[in-house]
Amino acid sequence: MLLTVLSGFFVAALAPLVHRHIPPRHSGLLFALFPACLFFYFAQQLPAISAGAMLLESQPWVAGLDIRLSFMLDGLSLLFALLITGIGTFILIYTGRYLGDHPALGRLYALLLCFMASMLGLVLSDNLIGLFVFWELTSITSYLLIGFNHEDAKTRAAALQGFFITAGGGLALMTGLILLGLAGGSFELSQLLSEREALQAHPLFLPMLLLILVGAFTKSAQYPFHFWLPNAMAAPTPVSAYLHSATMVKAGVYLLARLQPALGGNDAWLWLLGLTGAITMLMGVYLASRTTGIKQMLAYSTVMALGTLTMLIGIGTEQALIAAMAFLLAHALYKGALFMIAGVIDFSTGAKDFLQTGGLARQLPITAAAAVGTALSLAGLAPMFGFIAKETMLESVMGAPALAVVFSVAAFLSATLGITIALVVGIWPWFIRRDMPELPTAFRSPGPALLAGPVVLALLGLGFGLLPALPEQALSAAASAAAGHAVVAELALWHGVNTALVMSIAALLLGTLLFCNWGRWRSMTDAGERFARRLGPERLYAMGMEALVRFSAWQTRVLQNGYLRYYLMTTLGTMVVLVMAALSMNLSGIRIAMDFSGVAFYEYVIAAVLAASSIAAVLTNERLGAVAALGALGFTVALTYVMFSAPDLAITQVLVETLTVILLVLVLFRLPGFLKLSSRPLRLLDALTAVIVGGTFTVLILAVTATRYFPSISQYFVEHAVSDGFGRNIVNVILVDFRGLDTLGEIAVLSLAAIGIFAMLKLRSGGQE
Amino acid sequence: MNQQSLILRTTGRFLLPLLLLFSLFLLLRGHNEPGGGFIGGLVAAAAVSLHLFVMGTNAARRVLRLTPRDLIGWGLTTGVLSAVPSTLLGEAFFTALWFEITLPLLGELKLGTPLFFDLGVYMVVVGSVLTIVLNLAEES
Repeated sequence: MLLTVLSGFFVAALAPLVHRHIPPRHSGLLFALFPACLFFYFAQQLPAISAGAMLLESQPWVAGLDIRLSFMLDGLSLLFALLITGIGTFILIYTGRYLGDHPALGRLYALLLCFMASMLGLVLSDNLIGLFVFWELTSITSYLLIGFNHEDAKTRAAALQGFFITAGGGLALMTGLILLGLAGGSFELSQLLSEREALQAHPLFLPMLLLILVGAFTKSAQYPFHFWLPNAMAAPTPVSAYLHSATMVKAGVYLLARLQPALGGNDAWLWLLGLTGAITMLMGVYLASRTTGIKQMLAYSTVMALGTLTMLIGIGTEQALIAAMAFLLAHALYKGALFMIAGVIDFSTGAKDFLQTGGLARQLPITAAAAVGTALSLAGLAPMFGFIAKETMLESVMGAPALAVVFSVAAFLSATLGITIALVVGIWPWFIRRDMPELPTAFRSPGPALLAGPVVLALLGLGFGLLPALPEQALSAAASAAAGHAVVAELALWHGVNTALVMSIAALLLGTLLFCNWGRWRSMTDAGERFARRLGPERLYAMGMEALVRFSAWQTRVLQNGYLRYYLMTTLGTMVVLVMAALSMNLSGIRIAMDFSGVAFYEYVIAAVLAASSIAAVLTNERLGAVAALGALGFTVALTYVMFSAPDLAITQVLVETLTVILLVLVLFRLPGFLKLSSRPLRLLDALTAVIVGGTFTVLILAVTATRYFPSISQYFVEHAVSDGFGRNIVNVILVDFRGLDTLGEIAVLSLAAIGIFAMLKLRSGGQE
Repeated sequence: MNQQSLILRTTGRFLLPLLLLFSLFLLLRGHNEPGGGFIGGLVAAAAVSLHLFVMGTNAARRVLRLTPRDLIGWGLTTGVLSAVPSTLLGEAFFTALWFEITLPLLGELKLGTPLFFDLGVYMVVVGSVLTIVLNLAEES
């Protein structure tokens, strides 16, 4: 399994290179072979997994932190892996034709394959840290994919918004997962799932649950974080079809289903997930029913589906989990297909809005047929698989252990509006003939590469509906994993006349009525839209971001005002305050040695020279005099190094002094005259700062030399320099061996400083080069 | 900088190779005696700066062949790469590896990844100092 995940990144790295050498029409087909192979690999595991087996695989990764790269394949992972690779295959075929002439197509392939590998890693991970890493990788690849057309400012904003929300949730998730690992005593999911009692009795159970839920809800676009998903439709259509309907947004749902056996089955779980899911479902379907953008409507209906899934997992009964898995499969099939159909409409006619379309069935007969089929599934009508999923959903909602009435009403309303949007999708662009303005672009025939995906997925929806025994095995295995014990799904097209069927029929009638008055419904709900624009979640998000920008602008103005003296004062002042605070907190333990008995006469002389040269540097009125005084200071310091047997330091000091002179010579001519720029009170303030800083450091050094909290490490270095570091120069062995990482950091800082100075010089001289 | 003394011009020409050689000597002996990449780098930078004052900035750039900014990049790369081999042997990142080669005539030579790391430090120091010095000099 390690191979199946990592090979994706490898293929992704190769994709742009390979793409350059073959015609774009065929590259999609070629790359599609890779997910197809993975699909068959996973399909082969199905009999074993559905018999209750679980594949585990583990590889040490960061041994020092006990982080393992471990993978687990059970029913739930398998269902997701099949969806990811199966739909991925069609998406890649589709992309080759849809964006065949795009100059950056190679990059798109690389990103799509990268995303696929991350998503596979996410659903197969057994280790919490590994899962989190792949989780963030999907956020990052999604960001890059949404922003694929990065020259458009709106696209960039949408990509950034999606990234901020999912990555912000990711931070919460990381904290939650770490808490989960600590509370459960293991970072392996396969072990955590059996720690249910210990986890739920843990005092930090609720904060942990909330943090994990924030992560899952942001990723799966639950209310009030739902607004990034419709905006993410700025991505190319294949990306929307893949990431933002079938796979990535389901990552949150996956995590909830995965953790259900460990964290579920209590009131907090039921209320949080159930109500959030129900609200999301209603908001999604309501917003979908009143939008006219093709991809926007599909995006909002995805929000509806994600809400439904969350609600079902929150209910958590066996039947609800079976319904969730069936709904997940049905939704992936019809929504993936519908997005690809939206892409066909755009590709062939250039229309992006339902109001621009009409009567397309004649020009696009196959697409229209596929659209009708998938729309039936979306509506939850027989004989499509969506019907079975919806019936199971309605039944399980009514069997909820609590809040059954609330969930049932919500599900009924959502089914009603769902019918309306399905009718819009399945009828409006194809059969309604109206007086239409000209199509935005000349008609282009889609060809088999664009039609393969929608047709196959629509046929699968029909096939699974007529023969529900086909997916039963996989769904049972997935539901068993989500329930934590063996569950058998028994799906049938005809359930007899029961409450669910009656609800469906009522929903059908009401939904059709609403469709006939679609225009009126849209204008009726304008008031809500106006309110949302003023105070909706998206507006609140925008206001929060603006406030953040204002705050950082303010603090930059305050802290980075461009005057060296203020920088110095801030830095030194902070240092003094911190040092003094640390010292005053440990007053009792600190001894200050004031023993001057062993000091030789010449050492007094050196100290006197040091003091005299620094005073001279401060008092002089000439620049050259100041430079000379500083030079004297530097060389005297080098002398003290020699006295205390630190030849390396002394050499370095002398060399630095020499180079400083060179630099000063180069700079000196260009400085303005030596003016008195500061007033008397300012100079007094400077003097005060200098004295305080000097005093603090004198106290600090006296305290440090006299107080020992820990045995000094120098003895270790002295003893091990030759035996372990093979060097007699201890200073250098420390620099390049014992503390090599520190030195690496230091040379990185040095490089940055040099590049910063270089940039400043070039900027000032007019931006040449 | 045209009116310089004959003495400076003459000595400068001879001092450059000597100083560069000396900087390498400092770099190589650094593990056992005072010296090392940082000190060696400073000496080399000073040597090139001297050349700059004698022969001008173009000549100084010719001595380097690389632009000093590239030297920074190569230095950092060398430093990071020298920490990698240990990970291939299953040791922690940055663990020093040592091996001994016996050379004809010269006897035994001890080489280790810290030496390459020190070389990286040397290059970064030379590159950083000269980036600043050369650009300042060119501007005036």
